[in-house]
Amino acid sequence: MIQKDLTYKKNLPRNIIGKLLTFASFCFSTIAIAPLILVLVYVVIKGGSVLSVDILFSEPQPPGDDLGSAGGIGNAIVGTFIITGIATLISLPIGVGGGIYLAEYSKGGYFARFIRFGTNVLSGVPSIIAGVFIYAVIVVTKVIYGSMFSGIAGGISLSILMIPTVIKTTDEGLKLVPDELRKASLGLGASMFTTITDITLPSAVKSISTGVVLGLARAAGETAPLIFTALFSYYHITSFSDIFYEMSSLSVLIYNFALEPYKAQNELAWAASFILVTVLLLMNILSRYLGSITTNK
Amino acid sequence: MPRKIKQKKNICISLENVSISYGKFEAVRNIYCDLPKSKVTALIGPSGCGKSTVLRSLNRMNDLIPGCSLKGRVLFEGIDLYNPQIDPVEVRRRIGMVFQQPNPFPKSIFENIAYGARVNGYTGNLNELVEHSLKKAAVWDECKDKLNDSGYSLSGGQQQRLCIARTIAIEPDVILMDEPCSALDPISTLKIEETIHELKKSYTIIIVTHNMQQALRVSDMTAFYNAEELEGVSGGKVGYLAEFNDTEKIFNSPDHKTTQDYISGKFG
Amino acid sequence: MTSENTTKYSLRRRPKSEKLIDESFRKLTIAMAAMVAVVLVSILLVVFFESTEAIGRYGLSFLVTSEWNPVTDEYGAFTAIYGTMLTSLASLLIAIPLGVGTAIFITENIIPEKIRNLVGLMVELLAAIPSVVLGLWAIMVMEPFLRPFLKQLHENLGWIPIFSSEPIGPGVAPAILILVVMILPIITSISRDSINQVPDKLREAAYGIGATRWSTIFNIILPAAISGIAGGILLALGRAMGETMAVTMIIGNSNNFSWSILSPGYTISALLANQFGEADGSQVSSLMFAALILMILTLVVNIFAQWIVKKLSLKY
Repeated sequence: MIQKDLTYKKNLPRNIIGKLLTFASFCFSTIAIAPLILVLVYVVIKGGSVLSVDILFSEPQPPGDDLGSAGGIGNAIVGTFIITGIATLISLPIGVGGGIYLAEYSKGGYFARFIRFGTNVLSGVPSIIAGVFIYAVIVVTKVIYGSMFSGIAGGISLSILMIPTVIKTTDEGLKLVPDELRKASLGLGASMFTTITDITLPSAVKSISTGVVLGLARAAGETAPLIFTALFSYYHITSFSDIFYEMSSLSVLIYNFALEPYKAQNELAWAASFILVTVLLLMNILSRYLGSITTNK
Repeated sequence: MPRKIKQKKNICISLENVSISYGKFEAVRNIYCDLPKSKVTALIGPSGCGKSTVLRSLNRMNDLIPGCSLKGRVLFEGIDLYNPQIDPVEVRRRIGMVFQQPNPFPKSIFENIAYGARVNGYTGNLNELVEHSLKKAAVWDECKDKLNDSGYSLSGGQQQRLCIARTIAIEPDVILMDEPCSALDPISTLKIEETIHELKKSYTIIIVTHNMQQALRVSDMTAFYNAEELEGVSGGKVGYLAEFNDTEKIFNSPDHKTTQDYISGKFG
Repeated sequence: MTSENTTKYSLRRRPKSEKLIDESFRKLTIAMAAMVAVVLVSILLVVFFESTEAIGRYGLSFLVTSEWNPVTDEYGAFTAIYGTMLTSLASLLIAIPLGVGTAIFITENIIPEKIRNLVGLMVELLAAIPSVVLGLWAIMVMEPFLRPFLKQLHENLGWIPIFSSEPIGPGVAPAILILVVMILPIITSISRDSINQVPDKLREAAYGIGATRWSTIFNIILPAAISGIAGGILLALGRAMGETMAVTMIIGNSNNFSWSILSPGYTISALLANQFGEADGSQVSSLMFAALILMILTLVVNIFAQWIVKKLSLKY
């Protein structure tokens, strides 16, 4: 029978099913965002409440030494900056260079296809494997000035995780640059080099920086590659040569101190989480902001 | 149950003082129009005059565009389609639509037609329905040997006729066509027009077209829409219904000079 | 006249230095691109060669025994491999409906656009929270909160093998839940992108013949977006298998095999994180073997993900 009447009938099976499904999808998204809110609330309450100037600048105390205080996270903050800085220094030229090759020079041949595929595979390599790899080739062999666990080794292992992100966003960012610009420049007799450095790269720089910031944010929060490359240190960095020795970082500090039975150390882990999460969320929002100016252009 | 409102005899859809806006921007203003039953009505006019907007309002496709709102009444069988009690899904089952770009589903030709029938709760023989609809849309010969191939294996014109067949399969009362030939070559266009001639025996058809010759060839009635500059807003335009009459009258001796100018190609 | 003009352009003939720069720049980018391949291949080779000793000694029996005894030098990774598979697949099963459902909710015109974007942003920010912070939250907040419920499960349904042990703290079940939290953003954002890429004309076509919203979603939108969604699910699976910190902190790190998800367990990555630092001798080689297995598992899943995106892509 053909429905001749046009009114909305809420008892119709299709309308009941529709309502149920809409409600279910609403519930699913509520469940999906609940963890973010819960984690943020706890990090802010537990971490924010113990935060003090002293904690921000001083060194941590070894667990059990002083039950009342666990010291601070000053050296871990500095360490995180240094290690991710090293990772950026390594992954930026490789990532941007590789991305330029893929987007500007390659003509979809075998090599380029393999590199694209390899980039995707590398981005799926578990972060702990990167740590294992660097442990085997750098820490055990002591190739870097005879040092074993070091900030440099940690930075290198993080760079393995950053490279795929930087390559991908460079590649995609350059592909978004209209071909007319490229042709216009080449048509004037400019070389590929000047075309890329003067025309295409500047047009893509915003999307590339989005990718770099995202990659950086991911690397800064990583722990697994650091626990047996950079290890941990209880002391402030005093000289440049300290990057060849064990170095602390916020993420490893959280891992180590979360599992300690002492309340003071646990609180320090929360404080470190507060700093880390705040910085990472800000970086993410920054990368989104960079992305939005690109699209508005 | 919304109150029935009297409509003139042999009138299928009446627009009563209809204005449509996208957000704050008003697209068309104060349309009064009675679209006759079992006839082909063509909506013509320069780009940006809101013909497609009016067409899409007739089966509430505009609901899908965020911020789109309608004032006035659209009467179908004496019922205001914009009454809050009305189910837009029901409306679209009675008033089907064929779009500017051929848009078959990424499914087989058979499934393209069967899907619409299924969502409408069709219980009869699907094979018969598919054959019947494809024949009515004059695309059966090209499709009969490859019903299980993807709808995208057809040419553009065939895809568009497949989309017409898909709309016929849900047995609507009215078929809305939004520039159905604008993406097609002249031969496919002619075939679609033949199909329209066939279809008007059983359906009320409302077609938006940019092509004056096409309006003349297929339609019984023609509505000429025009756009006027808004006072005070530079570049802002609002569409209105300039003239509505028998196609012959519009093309031979229109009442308004602008209609004459548009038809003779002086602007548009 | 002409000669006068051309002399003004001193660079009409390209100088050697410019050509050299151009060519070296091209070679440099090739070298940088090749670094990806070099890193990837050397990871595989290093992990493989470091594990040859263990491969030679234990062979495939490494996969099916769950002994892990540095004193007697007997190693088998069955518990960890089983834990990796169980936690990743179980978390995937929970996260798929949640993630795809959320993606639908924030793409199809159900709620106002502003709220949709906000929900989408929040889910993506969830991905920005480091694993170790989620681990901290899991042991300090989530697990103590869950324990009474898990106890109830054990008391009422203890006859089912997976609930057969008393929950005493960290265990497989909380690890699965924290993995759900970690892979949800991946599934949601990839599904959302794939659904957004379905052309509007298909949506219109379905609505235009009187399909309801959910019929359109299930019969038209999801089939058209399936390649991307499936790819995203596989990427999430790869991520869940390799995920280390949060799992290490909450799974309990026990190499004793148990069917019960309420008891502590192990995953390959947790095994590595826990033991690699102080391992020596044949234990290192055994850990490398475990790492090789993890590497192969995630490689297969990731390659399959790339393949399926190509394979299932519909033309429209």
